[in-house]
Amino acid sequence: MHTVAKLIDTTLCIGCKACEVACQTWNDQEFTLGTFDGSYQTLPDLAPNFWNLIKFNEFERGGKLSWLMSKYQCMHCVDPGCLRACPAPGAIVHLKNGIVDFNHDNCIGCGYCITGCPFDVPRLSPTTKKVYKCSLCSDRTAVGLEPACIKTCPTNCLTFGTREDLLEKAQSRTAELQADGVAAAGVYNPAGVGGTHVLYVLANAARPEDYGLPRDPSVPLAVRLWKGPVKWLGSLVVAGGILGAFFHYVRYGPKKEHADAE
Amino acid sequence: MTNGWTDVANADVVLVMGGNPAENHPVGFRFVMEARRKRKAKLVVVDPRFNRTATVADCFVPIRAGSDIAFLGGLIHYALSNDKFQAEYVRQHTNAAFLVKEGYGFEDGHFSGWDAEAKRYDKSTWAYEVDGQGYAKVDPSLEHPRSVFQLMRKHYARYTPEVVAAICGCTKEDFLKAAEMVTVAAANDKSGTVLYALGWTQHSHSVQLIHAAAVVQLLMGNIGMPGGGVNAQRGHANIQGSTDMGAWNMLPGYLKLPRANWATLDEYVKANTPKPLRPDSLNYWSNTSKFMVSLLKAYYGEKATAANGYGYNWLPKAGENDNHSWGFLFDRMHRGGMEGLISFGMNPVANGPNTEKMIGALSKLKWLIVAENFETETAAFWRARELADEYYPDSGEASKIQTEVFLLPAACFAEKDGAFVNSSRWLQWKEAAVDPPGEALRDQEIIARLFLKIRELNEKEGGAGAEPLRNMSWNYANPLSPSLVEVAREVNGRETGTLRQLNGFGELKDDGSTVCGNWLYSGSYTEAGNMMARRGQDDPTGLGLYPNYSWSWPANRRVLYNRASLDHEGKPWDATRAPIRWNGTRWSGDAADYKADAAPQAHGAFLMLPEGVAKLFTPDFAEGPFPEHYEPAESPVENALHPKVSFNPAAFVMDKLGAAAEFPYVGLTYRLTEHFHYWTKHIASSSELQSRFFVEVPHDLAVEKKIASGDMVRVSSARGKVEGPALVTKRIPGLKVSGKTVYQIGLPIHWGWLGKVTGPLINNLTASVFDPNSGTPEYKGFLVNLEKIS
Repeated sequence: MHTVAKLIDTTLCIGCKACEVACQTWNDQEFTLGTFDGSYQTLPDLAPNFWNLIKFNEFERGGKLSWLMSKYQCMHCVDPGCLRACPAPGAIVHLKNGIVDFNHDNCIGCGYCITGCPFDVPRLSPTTKKVYKCSLCSDRTAVGLEPACIKTCPTNCLTFGTREDLLEKAQSRTAELQADGVAAAGVYNPAGVGGTHVLYVLANAARPEDYGLPRDPSVPLAVRLWKGPVKWLGSLVVAGGILGAFFHYVRYGPKKEHADAE
Repeated sequence: MTNGWTDVANADVVLVMGGNPAENHPVGFRFVMEARRKRKAKLVVVDPRFNRTATVADCFVPIRAGSDIAFLGGLIHYALSNDKFQAEYVRQHTNAAFLVKEGYGFEDGHFSGWDAEAKRYDKSTWAYEVDGQGYAKVDPSLEHPRSVFQLMRKHYARYTPEVVAAICGCTKEDFLKAAEMVTVAAANDKSGTVLYALGWTQHSHSVQLIHAAAVVQLLMGNIGMPGGGVNAQRGHANIQGSTDMGAWNMLPGYLKLPRANWATLDEYVKANTPKPLRPDSLNYWSNTSKFMVSLLKAYYGEKATAANGYGYNWLPKAGENDNHSWGFLFDRMHRGGMEGLISFGMNPVANGPNTEKMIGALSKLKWLIVAENFETETAAFWRARELADEYYPDSGEASKIQTEVFLLPAACFAEKDGAFVNSSRWLQWKEAAVDPPGEALRDQEIIARLFLKIRELNEKEGGAGAEPLRNMSWNYANPLSPSLVEVAREVNGRETGTLRQLNGFGELKDDGSTVCGNWLYSGSYTEAGNMMARRGQDDPTGLGLYPNYSWSWPANRRVLYNRASLDHEGKPWDATRAPIRWNGTRWSGDAADYKADAAPQAHGAFLMLPEGVAKLFTPDFAEGPFPEHYEPAESPVENALHPKVSFNPAAFVMDKLGAAAEFPYVGLTYRLTEHFHYWTKHIASSSELQSRFFVEVPHDLAVEKKIASGDMVRVSSARGKVEGPALVTKRIPGLKVSGKTVYQIGLPIHWGWLGKVTGPLINNLTASVFDPNSGTPEYKGFLVNLEKIS
């Protein structure tokens, strides 16, 4: 089946933060005071109740001033490090449409997913002791709606579609930019995590760190081992999960199918 | 906007100056991005700050606040001296060929006619040479030394790239790069748009600044063209509507305010009906009497008759030279000359210049009525000392202030129906989403209840204004709460006999047989229904005009002056981009800015003007017929063009001014994308995005003063001070102005003493200095000092 994706064309982002408001509003996040750290950024970093952050980066290189704005959130990896690391069955769900979703009922708050994430995205809430991040609005996509951030974006910097279509769109936009003289333009879809369901068009693809993105992300070795040589341990946990699911089935009957979006 | 947001996508070059649409109009900015993608349009940003619009620009030129006319004058000079203007357009559609009277001149910063004692100009020499019939003489060759064209060329000869660079603080190379990009639009098949906002309107020379932009756009042949125009990005969902419906010097539809020297309707009409200045001028303001009589019929209904001048005598009249704009109003209040103030959707303590003066003025009132969604600083002005004692230690103690304050809870925009008029002049009807909470009432209900109560008291107890109160027409189904549909129908206008809704202002009469609340809005609510509620998305011209989406004033016209998109014979300058076409008997496409069935050669292209053509040279403004660079009232440098007349001689100054020795830096106020004015500090999500007031400090100045981001700093002016953390940035570069380094301090507005987040009011710093035409305060470019506190 087709999987879904979000394309962020950073060359069109104006840092208006409408996506931040849409994310906070759709997810019913409580009002918290932002902090001032000498930039226009709402918060210095993502937070358990703040899943979508525009990062502002002002720098001078070769006498040329740049002020980049770039949206930061869960990348929804094809090979999610968080899922590899998670010991709690059903706490992290890789939906058929590609979305990596957290099920907080099953989250045990161990924070292993934070270690597993090469993008440093999940955040542990000190109050609920559970981990939070962007769900790519799995509740909206399940009923055929685009994610809230994409719905609200005023410059069409954000688009939603199938991963195949958006990869193609990202390539053609890159070609367009290159034809316009932006020679270093390129697509960010890092291979180290098998690619992502959040894709970027960058004006300077050689320096993703200018946009706050890791240059060459991959799942940490320890996390790979966790499901490798020490797989038996994982298997035991998984077996426990299956057994648990079996008893759950016997007691409560079949679970309804995930209404995955196309 | 002469054009509209959707039309910006038709541009080949976008000049953003005095505005920052990426941050302050992000939804509209998508059309800039569309122009860039679809037409490969170049984006030129000229601003003191490398702002979020500048980050996506093809060319960014940093300039000093208040130097914009020098920059635009430089563009005019560049276009004229490099033959980069649309010569045929200029010849046919502007007053370039008109001859100016002998006696006009400009010397050492003054135009002819300066009266040093009265501090104003005698404009008699700013006029055309006329023939026996009163028509202006013209020289189509444009070579006569007194032709507007030659006078303009001479006037701007001083604005060389070197002079522009020295005044603005940019480099000559940057200026020339911008000039080259902007003047690409001189080609017949290229259009350029100009987008501006408060960065242009908040100067002591703001109207002339926009005049300068109009001159540039006329030279480029961009007025009337899709993708062209002079486009004001309005800062409030309905501020365009508020201007259209009247202001301190206007009645609805830009009809002049009645004045004491026009004692009768006839005198008013005579004084406000211009005579044509060319034989082919249609001179549409010759219809003034129809607009005015229909408006009076809307005010006074059946009581307005030919015999009583349609009730003209009942209208209040200003004195011949009275000025009731903001500065004069509050100055009078501050001197104890006013009794009360009704403040609707307005927060003078927060948004007036020199906050301490505003607080002082309000404390001299007997009563103050504030109708608002929240308790504002204005409603709580009497608590200034208690709420913000670090800024107003000398303000009166609450118990000693005698002003009686009434705070009326008012519905917010989502709790009301009615129309918003956006920057594009589109009247967009909306429905109320929810009912107002608690005791909050909709504005029209508050106004109706006040009016009916005052009328009742006046009838019982007597007093001034009995006649206008008694005769005011108030025929609403529920007089206590008129529905906005009823009001909209009245504003559109109808025949008095048949009650038929009018189709447009062409049907207005001056014999009392039509009623119309605003001639410009006539056609918005016809027998066919509420045209403002339409949401059709068809685009027959392919130019993004969307004629069936909402309704645009005037006459549903999407591109003003669209007749100028064709030459005198009716041939489009650019056949791929003609908003209107003549089929031999009628005009098609956009609603033609022309007589619907008049052949192209019949009239001049600019119907509203007595000249029939656009004005490069005009006596309309207070400080000169051509825009001239003047320094702000407080400037770090002398005017390089004429040091003896550094500042706009006609501007109004009603405040103490500081000198550069004590206040060496230039302060600029601006808005952030996260907030709307002084409202959204009451809203959770906006407050979360920008919680704290901050001061943007240029990097090199911060190094000099050992200030790091996060350090607390104090910014002070001759009026007051603000304190907050510094945000050190290279985005506001130090500029070399006439050989001297000038630093500008960035001062975002939005905070105050009340709300979910609080901070100092930025207008503690600003001065009561005003543009002489618009009465707008000079919020951009005033002198401040900067100190590190901790």
